[in-house]
Amino acid sequence: MYAIEALSISKRFGAVQANRDVTLQVAKGTIHGLVGENGAGKSTLMNMLYGFHAPDHGTIKVDGKEVSFKGPVEAIRKGLGMVHQHFMLVDTFTVIENIVLGFESDRRMAPTLASARDKLLKIEETYGLAVDLDALVADLPVGTLQRVEILKALYRGAETLILDEPTGVLTPQETAALFEVIKTLRGEGKTVLLITHKLGEIMGITDNVSVMRAGTITKTFKTSLTNENELAEEMVGRTIIREVNKELTEAHRRILRVDNLYAEDDTGKTRLNGVSFDVHGGEILGIAGVSGNGQSELLEIITGMRAPSGGSVIYTDLKVAKKNRAADAEKLRGNGMGHVAEDRHRFGMVGPMTAAENTILGYQGRESFYQGIFLDPGKVRAHCQSLMDDFDVRPPTPDLPLKNFSGGNQQKLVMAREMAQEPDLLIVGQPTRGVDIGAIAFIHSRLVEMRNKGRAILMVSSELEEIMTLSDRIIVLCDGRITGTGRPEDLTETDIGLMMAGRYEKEAS
Amino acid sequence: MKKSILIAAALSLMTWGSGAALATSEPVLIYDLGGKFDKSFNEAAYSGAERYRIETGNTYKDFEPTNEAQMEQALKRFARKGAPLVLAIGIAYQTPLEKVAPEFPDVHFTAVDANINLPNVQSVSFREDEGSYLVGMIAAMKSESGSIGFIGGMDIPLIRKFGAGYTQGARSVNPDIKIMENFVGATPTAWNDPIRGGELARSQFARGVDVIYSAAGPTGLGVIQAAKEAQQYAIGVDSNQNHIAPGTVLTSMVKRVDVVVYESMLAASDGTWAPGNAVRGLAEDGVDYAVDEHNAALITDEMTARVEEAKRMIIAGEITLGE
Amino acid sequence: MSTRAPTDLPRLVDVGLIPALNLLTALVISGLVIWVLGEDPFEAMSLMVSGAFGYGEAISYTLYYTTNFIFTGLAVSFAYRCGLFNIGGEGQAVLGGIGILIAALLFKDLPGLLLIPLCIIFGAALGALWAAIPAWLLAKRGSHIVITTIMFNFIAAAFLSYLLVGPLRRAGAQSTESEDIVSAAQLMPLHDVFAFLGMAEGPANMAFVIALLLCLFYGVFMNRTKWGYELRVVGQNPAAARFGGISANRGIMIAMILSGAMAGLMGLNEVLGVQHRLVTNFTSGFGFVGIAVAFMGRHNPIGIILAALLFGALYQGGAEMAFEMPAITRDLVVMIQGLVILFAGALEHMYRPALNRIFANPKKIEAAR
Repeated sequence: MYAIEALSISKRFGAVQANRDVTLQVAKGTIHGLVGENGAGKSTLMNMLYGFHAPDHGTIKVDGKEVSFKGPVEAIRKGLGMVHQHFMLVDTFTVIENIVLGFESDRRMAPTLASARDKLLKIEETYGLAVDLDALVADLPVGTLQRVEILKALYRGAETLILDEPTGVLTPQETAALFEVIKTLRGEGKTVLLITHKLGEIMGITDNVSVMRAGTITKTFKTSLTNENELAEEMVGRTIIREVNKELTEAHRRILRVDNLYAEDDTGKTRLNGVSFDVHGGEILGIAGVSGNGQSELLEIITGMRAPSGGSVIYTDLKVAKKNRAADAEKLRGNGMGHVAEDRHRFGMVGPMTAAENTILGYQGRESFYQGIFLDPGKVRAHCQSLMDDFDVRPPTPDLPLKNFSGGNQQKLVMAREMAQEPDLLIVGQPTRGVDIGAIAFIHSRLVEMRNKGRAILMVSSELEEIMTLSDRIIVLCDGRITGTGRPEDLTETDIGLMMAGRYEKEAS
Repeated sequence: MKKSILIAAALSLMTWGSGAALATSEPVLIYDLGGKFDKSFNEAAYSGAERYRIETGNTYKDFEPTNEAQMEQALKRFARKGAPLVLAIGIAYQTPLEKVAPEFPDVHFTAVDANINLPNVQSVSFREDEGSYLVGMIAAMKSESGSIGFIGGMDIPLIRKFGAGYTQGARSVNPDIKIMENFVGATPTAWNDPIRGGELARSQFARGVDVIYSAAGPTGLGVIQAAKEAQQYAIGVDSNQNHIAPGTVLTSMVKRVDVVVYESMLAASDGTWAPGNAVRGLAEDGVDYAVDEHNAALITDEMTARVEEAKRMIIAGEITLGE
Repeated sequence: MSTRAPTDLPRLVDVGLIPALNLLTALVISGLVIWVLGEDPFEAMSLMVSGAFGYGEAISYTLYYTTNFIFTGLAVSFAYRCGLFNIGGEGQAVLGGIGILIAALLFKDLPGLLLIPLCIIFGAALGALWAAIPAWLLAKRGSHIVITTIMFNFIAAAFLSYLLVGPLRRAGAQSTESEDIVSAAQLMPLHDVFAFLGMAEGPANMAFVIALLLCLFYGVFMNRTKWGYELRVVGQNPAAARFGGISANRGIMIAMILSGAMAGLMGLNEVLGVQHRLVTNFTSGFGFVGIAVAFMGRHNPIGIILAALLFGALYQGGAEMAFEMPAITRDLVVMIQGLVILFAGALEHMYRPALNRIFANPKKIEAAR
């Protein structure tokens, strides 16, 4: 008996065949993994299962009965729940309003909210998903939004839960807790479809796993009969090397000093609570932590996008940011600070603009792009072309709007833009979020290459594996405080996980 | 088959090409921006033209411009087509006519409200202050609260003339009378905003006013409605509006645009049309106050007597109007 | 993988066929209404076309309207590219007209070569000022630009009325209009400039040429200057602007100032070109039509010219239709214009999915594999 089945379905968007003859069968009461690179067609498949799009060909069955959803609401009524990778929340509503949106139990708002509140508090308790129901969604950090989405699906009584990259923003402990929840659900006969690129998670929790490549499902394994390497090769269709070549570098001069930094977010909530550290040339300083614990504010202050409420930032010898006074982002770039923003879509790129125009964002004043006082599109295009060649961005077409590129290629171009300026200090937030395996290895190797040249890198990542592999030193942030520092060789993932939860401190340096 | 399509296309091209040269022998009536069915000024012109059509059996053309530029365009266009008479309604035609009329010496133009001295233009304006003087008297005599109101459309000189006559007439009856004055707005929509007219009227009534005279085109309909609800009086304008709300509309200051249009069209058709610059007041029956079966009960004999006396004195020049 | 459907239509379809289909739909529906009213729709449409382009003077009138729409269309686009919806073009045009008239009266003894540039500067400056205040309120106080600009339309209209009833009123005139400007300040009509081409007499004047030059300026500014680039980044993604060290407030101010200046210069056409005086309501809603022009022209300089020409033709051809056909009132002409806006602007994507299916090229998909 299958909880949900996609039988030979195909979907085309304009000239793009996003799904081709896909067959996926998820047995009832199992945890089924779906892996694949970005652009393999996973999201399209999920969106069809969830009723966002209708397939061009093929059928979808729920509990063995053929269905054709006219929209997500019908899918939800059939017991499907979905947690999207990009959150489907209304910014100006509170958490509870978002959750009941479209599923109000009463015409009037007050009784709806009251009954929802009781139910939600129970769910929160059961699954350990602490969320302030009355907080405004716009004020919440990414990590919490993820929890709101999970809460929403559970509230709507999902029988089959589709989770699209659910653990990207959770600590290992929280991930483990979530997996406990998922296992409990399975125990009660519910079905979970888990989309992830973390092969470790697939191996740890799923019963079956399907691999998707180039718009179709190439193979489905029983999880117990496969291994990570086999899955990775099936995903990319070739053998990949996942190693980083780190040379030993000598200690260099100090490039950045963050001194007793305090900050508040836009709602006035304290986000940084006296953070101090240095970054030197020739090292990668990794900042670990669950999203929403002050990393965003830290990066924004260092890169001149936000003013601290106390403390200072000293870049080389210049005090660039002090109390209530933000640094000048354009000037920092002029002085050799590159910035790969944590949230690529929000900050790092302008989707509707062409790739070429995006490659001068932040460097729009550079003389080399101008002919007299006029911006020279030829020069900009040539610049973009060389970045694309250097970073293997596909398709190598500078005139295409950047939003039409896949996530990995967007990130490569954004990374290329900052690295091309040969910065003395590169600030990188989430270097590989939403990036496929092939591109991850590439980006990692470019970062290390930069470090090997004696340049400084400050990296924020919620991928522990990434932090452990790349960093020379690690700082763990929790609730705006540094809750741990150390060298990766002296720390285990469990140590860091506990530091991230603020429950453990270990000075290992 | 193919050939016939080609011929049809060629024919239609030819008609396009000559589109501007089609001749007309009908008189042409051009309204101002307020449009044909404004229940007052332009509509009066329309009803004059209709009377001409029904009585003579002759036809006429009319046109409503949508912007300033079309005024000159319309004048030129109908003149070029050889219209025997072009009637332009409204003061806004003053400048366009001064420009266009000399270019077409063979075409006759009749301008209402404008004031032009050209050999092929007959311009007719009205002494609105005289008519307003009389309705001002009636308002003052009817008022029990000693406080009356005036609601103008846009604050332009023409409308101030209405207000000035009204004030003078009212004061001639009661020198201590209080007169509240409001203008609806600063854009041409002021002529077409009965809602706002009603609001202004209600606020005036709330402050003790019991008769309101509105010189604001269709906006005045809102004033009349508000007066009816408040069981107070309103005075209509331009056309005879007494029938709109019998018992509420005290009287109307009629401006006989219809007569001008009718007479001018008739004169053009029987060849007696003559240029000139006429101003029509009470003496020429150009303006008046209206009494009919709808308001006869509201106007007492004493009131009629006093108003008729004033009318006589104005015609005789014994009362002079003006600031 | 994004959930958006990519629209890889051939460019010619995108910029040519879709607008043509939209226009056709609007005309078919208008034709039906005309037919119901008892007039011959084909004759009406041919009157419309011949009325707009059929003879010299018609062309001149079409170009005259086109000129206004280019100015106001550019005004909307300048703001929109920065993510701002300036619906105050009407009021900014009023202020621009006042500025132009004041300059023309104030410096009336100067020769045209000095006087006209002064008028341009005054008109642009007052229009810009009228847009800069809402922009400043947005930048400093977060006031919503749609609300403030529309309110400023009313203030502008009241101010114009005040001036024309009071200080600027033509001596002795009953109507609300100003003194005539001196002939040195008048813009040369196109039929004089292009007399050698045998152009017929009409209202089109050098303001048309100025409008075309401003389109060029718009294109160069947006695509070839740092300010233009920054302004577009602010418009597309304000957060990315912050990331790139671009001041959103500066972008807002620049965009609105340029926007207001464009709207203000509409007065060149009306005051210096055609009316040779200032009259109430000379803006006649052209500022609002600019919104449709800008969106239909996809905020592209050539597109704006073409859209302005379309609306110019609708205005002039519509007037012609009303001249000739008794059953067609000006309200019907407005309805036809409204249908064009509806189908070309609001329902822009109506035909897109169907065309996507037709034009999706299977070979291209194979090549992409």
